Order: sequence, then structure tokens, then C-alpha cells
Amino acid sequence: MFRFLVRRVLGALVILLIISAVTFFLFYAIPRDPARMACGKVCDDQLLAQVRQNLGIADPMPVQYWHWLQGIFVGRDYTGVGHCDAPCLGYSFTNSEPVFGTIMDRFPTTLSLAFGAAFFFLIVGIGAGMVAAVKQGKALDKIASSFSLLGSSMQIYFVGYIAMFFLVQQAGILSQPSYTPFTENPGAWVSGLLLPWIVLSIIFTANYTRMTRSQLVEQLSEDYVRTARAKGLSRRSVFFRFAWRGAMGPIVTIFGIDMGTLIGGAIITESTFSLQGIGTLAVRAVTDSDLPMLLGVTVVAAAGIVFANIIVDAVYALIDPRIRLA
Amino acid sequence: MTPPTSAAAPLEVTDETVEKPAASSTLKGAESRSPGRLAWTRFKRDRTGVISACIVIFFFVIAICAPLIASLYGKDPYTLYGQEQTGLLNEAGFPLKPNGGIDGDFWFGIEPALGRDVFTFLLYGIRTSLLIATATTVLVTIIGVVIGITAGYLGGRTDYLIGRVIDILLSFPSTLFFIAFMPVVYGLFVAPDDEIPTSLRATCLILVLTAFGWASIARLLRGQVLALREREFVEAAKVTGASPARIIFKELLPNLWTPILIQSTLALPAFVTAEAGLAFLGVGIIDPTPDWGVMIQRGAQFYTEDITFMIFPGVSMIIFVLAFNLLGDSVRDALDPKSKR
Repeated sequence: MFRFLVRRVLGALVILLIISAVTFFLFYAIPRDPARMACGKVCDDQLLAQVRQNLGIADPMPVQYWHWLQGIFVGRDYTGVGHCDAPCLGYSFTNSEPVFGTIMDRFPTTLSLAFGAAFFFLIVGIGAGMVAAVKQGKALDKIASSFSLLGSSMQIYFVGYIAMFFLVQQAGILSQPSYTPFTENPGAWVSGLLLPWIVLSIIFTANYTRMTRSQLVEQLSEDYVRTARAKGLSRRSVFFRFAWRGAMGPIVTIFGIDMGTLIGGAIITESTFSLQGIGTLAVRAVTDSDLPMLLGVTVVAAAGIVFANIIVDAVYALIDPRIRLA
Repeated sequence: MTPPTSAAAPLEVTDETVEKPAASSTLKGAESRSPGRLAWTRFKRDRTGVISACIVIFFFVIAICAPLIASLYGKDPYTLYGQEQTGLLNEAGFPLKPNGGIDGDFWFGIEPALGRDVFTFLLYGIRTSLLIATATTVLVTIIGVVIGITAGYLGGRTDYLIGRVIDILLSFPSTLFFIAFMPVVYGLFVAPDDEIPTSLRATCLILVLTAFGWASIARLLRGQVLALREREFVEAAKVTGASPARIIFKELLPNLWTPILIQSTLALPAFVTAEAGLAFLGVGIIDPTPDWGVMIQRGAQFYTEDITFMIFPGVSMIIFVLAFNLLGDSVRDALDPKSKR
């Protein structure tokens, strides 16, 4: 297990390194000059050079990238701003805020969105899939399967607005999506995010229902289930002690992928519900040509995806003893 | 641009020329039937599959015939009817008639503020979206197949290298990358601050979606080829001195049509929604070019006042994606009846 984790984490770091380098070099492929944009209306050559120096973009590109990497591990010094401590992702070009701090400010929103939605879609999705598998071919199975198909064909940028129109504006059952820190007011945290959670669950549930159903149907026809039943174990205990274990593997895998997507940039979700997470931060960084911010968000998002996958593989092995980590 | 549904047709058509399609062949069973013919028979028996195929074909037909339908209907998606004619929009820019201004003249109503005709805008929007998604699917499939087969067949260092590239591509936060690098791609062709022509926007979208889309199909095909490579018939071909090209095209490829077809049917609706999502975020196709995502983005600006405008693009997209997903399932069931969903 330990060796597996070390190997995967090293692999993940290499991937992150490549992703950040690609982002960095691609950004400079855009023919535009962030220094000139930051310099403002009255701008002469001397001032421009000064701005360049302050932004840290006076050096050649590979040197800049090296400085950026150094900043993450040992911090770096900026002329005029001073020292920036160890996980340093630089300062925003547009508002000079530290990138790391801004991302950390925004991250709780994105995480709340992701984990809250996951809580709902796991319970509903796996629950519906189990019911469908047990009641195979009956009315309940058909209802669950058709609803999951319908849900998976929906898009957040449409259902989100429809839900806001009918549930918030017309019926007034839910409140307009907003983010209040959990530590401040748990009630407001839930009520503000309930609508996005529900809408995300409608869309994400489908996969889990279908997957759980097909996996369980397969597992329940396996020999070990028949053996256990023949030994006199009840249907219920066979189901909850053995069958679900075998069925969970692929579900854990898609869960990892979905969590990666949700953590790494629920961009459309956040813009639909006007939530200030890292997705909307990324959109703003792009429109403002804010390289440090864009780099920071990309790397954090990619890290979310990569590490979600590692955790999933580890959990996979814990659930299913047949899988050996090598 | 042919709909992917007809991709199944060549299988069936060529088979028909080879063997006589005797009406009672199902009962006799003495004649040999090709896999393509069998799949077609299975598909025809699947009612959901046939209905969803009809819906999908309907969407492609209206997309292709959009100019014809629009000229019969007598309107176009660019004219600002609401501003040119009085009595359509009120002072605030919202349709005077209820339900978004639906009446005999404007079947789906009028767009608030600008006053365009919703029906033709949607028709042309579907046309744009389907064109981009279909082109992307074709490119992704071709590139994915070529790279996947190369990696699987050559193995060794090539396989390792391609495998790592695929790993990296799949860990990219893709939406984030799309919004970040659409400007880069535009910048390659147009000087900054210049107007970007719509055709260039569409081309760039197709390129970027393709660049990030081929990895999953390549990975799948690589796995399939790895399994096939060790089979006796490939060994036999090698022993008889067949060239690698012959082995790939004559021995491997015929066995790969099923996964290729299934994957591309599942990919197309995904690209439709991805393209619309980018337009929604304002980095894909932009107003005034009609597009599914542009319509939803416009609708989002005034959904609190006039939800009707948003209903049409939204619901039609759900119907299309649902029908296409069901079709994908049916194609899989027909081609590969052993597989479980």
C-alpha cells in the first residue's frame, strides 16, 4: 500500500509539472502584453520596464517558470512587494492579491458544492440502483432507470435556470444560491447551497443508478451468492455482506472522476448559480489575462483531479480484496 | 456531414449485395448471416432504438434543411423583427403577447430585447451546433483510432509514450483549459482586437475539442488491440508474411468496428453539450451567430422575466441528447449483445 501511494504521488507530481509548464508556455503564445495592460493610460518606457520587473515578467520565459516553481517550494522575493512565503503562486496581475490566498478564499465554496452534491447523488443514485437491481424488471426498476436516463441528458446551464425560476422565483421554496461559510452559520450554508446540490444531483445521479444496477445484477448471479444462499444465509445478509462489495469497484472509479471534475472546476455550475468558487475565478483570470491566477487555478484544479484518482484507487483496494496494488 | 446512425448502414448495405436477403432467412437458419446483418436485425427489433434513431435523424434533417425551412416560413434568424415592427415588444423589451410572444407569425415567440424570431434562430442554432459536434466527432474518432491502434500494435516505447500523453490529457481540467486556450488558438490566426470571423471560431472550437477529445477513444482502442494482437489469426497473418499495414487494416480493423461505432455514437452528444457549454460561458460561438449554447446564454440574461425563450433551446437539447444516448445504447446492444450496460 505504502509503495503504491509513493509511486502514484510521484507520478501525479510529474503530471502536475507538465500541466503547469504547458499552461505557462501556452499563455505566452497569446500576442498580448500583461505589463502594458497593468501599466494604465500614462505609460512610458521606464514605467513599463518597472511594471515588468514588479510583475516578474522581465526575465526570459524558462527563467520565469523556474522562479514560479521555486516559489511553490521555498517562496520567492518580489521587488517592491517583498517576500512571499512558501506555497507561493505569485501575485495577481490585476489586483496584486496573492494568488494562493485568493484560491484558498474561494476553495471552500467549490468544495462545499462538490461534497454536498456528492452526498446527495451517492445516496440517491446508489439507493435507486440497489432498488432497481432487487426489483429487476418490475415497475420500480423501470421508473428508476428511465429517470436516471432523463437526468443524465440534462445540462446544468439549462436545468439550473429552470430550477431557479420555478423553485426560487415562482414558488419561493428555496432561496437564491449563495455561499455562507459553514462555521459561520450552518443553516444558511445548507439553504444557500441546497438548490445547486439538487440540480447537480439530478445530473450526476444517473450514472450511479445505472452502474449500481448493472453491477449488482451481475454480482447477484455469481456463484458465491448462490453458495451463500445455499448455506442458508438470508437474501438480505448476502446482499449487504458480500454482493455490494463486488459491485462497488466501478462505482468508486466513476466517483473519483466526478469528484475530480467537481473540485477541479465546476465552472459552468458556478457561473449558472453566480457562486464565487475557483471556477468563476478561472473565468475571470482568462478574461483579465491574469497569468499567475490562471496558473494557480489550473494547477490546483489538476491536483484535485489527480489526487482524487489516487484516493479512489486506494479505496478501491480497501473495498475489494481481490484487487492488489502494485 | 452524415449522421452517425447511417454509419451502421454501410455494414448492412454491403452485406445485402453479398447475400440474398431472403425474407424467411430468420427461420431457416441454414444460410449464413453476416454479423452486420445480424446486428441490423437485432436493431430493427429494438423499438426504443428505432424511435430514438428517428428523432436523431429528424434533428439532422432540420439542421441540414434549415435554410429551406426558414425560407418557407418566411423569416431569418438575423432580422430584429421586434425592433422593426411595432406591437411586438413593450418598452422594457419583452414580448407583449403572453408566453414569449408565441402566435401564428412567430411560432416559438420572439426574443426579448433584440426581437429576433426564436423558431429560425433555434433551427440555425441546431445547425451550427450539430455541424461543430459532428466534425469534432469524426476527427476525434479518426485520430483516436489511428493513435490507439498504433500504440497497441507497436507496443514498447511508442506505447509507453502515447500512454503517458493520454494520462496527462485525461488529467487536464478540460473545461478550464478550453476557456483558457480558446484565446490562444484565436491569437494564432487573428491579430488581437481584430474581429474573429465565425467560420474561424468554429474551426478553432473543432480543433480544441479534438485536441482534448481523442485520448479516451485512443485508450480504449489500444486495450482492444493489445488483446487482439495475441490472437491466432494475427499470428497466422504475421507468419504468412503480411505487412503491418495489411495486418492493421485487414485483420485488426474489422474486429474494431464495434467499439469504434459505439464510442463515436456516445461521443457526439457529449460534444454537442460541450460546445453549447463553451458558448454559454462566452468562449465558443458568440452572438449574433445562432447556436444552441448562445441561445441558452441569451435566455439566462432574462430568464426571470421571460422563461419561454429559454425553454425551446433547453428542451430541444434534452430531447436530442436523450435520443442520442438511447440510440447509443441500442447500437451497443445490437452490435455487441453480450455486453452489459
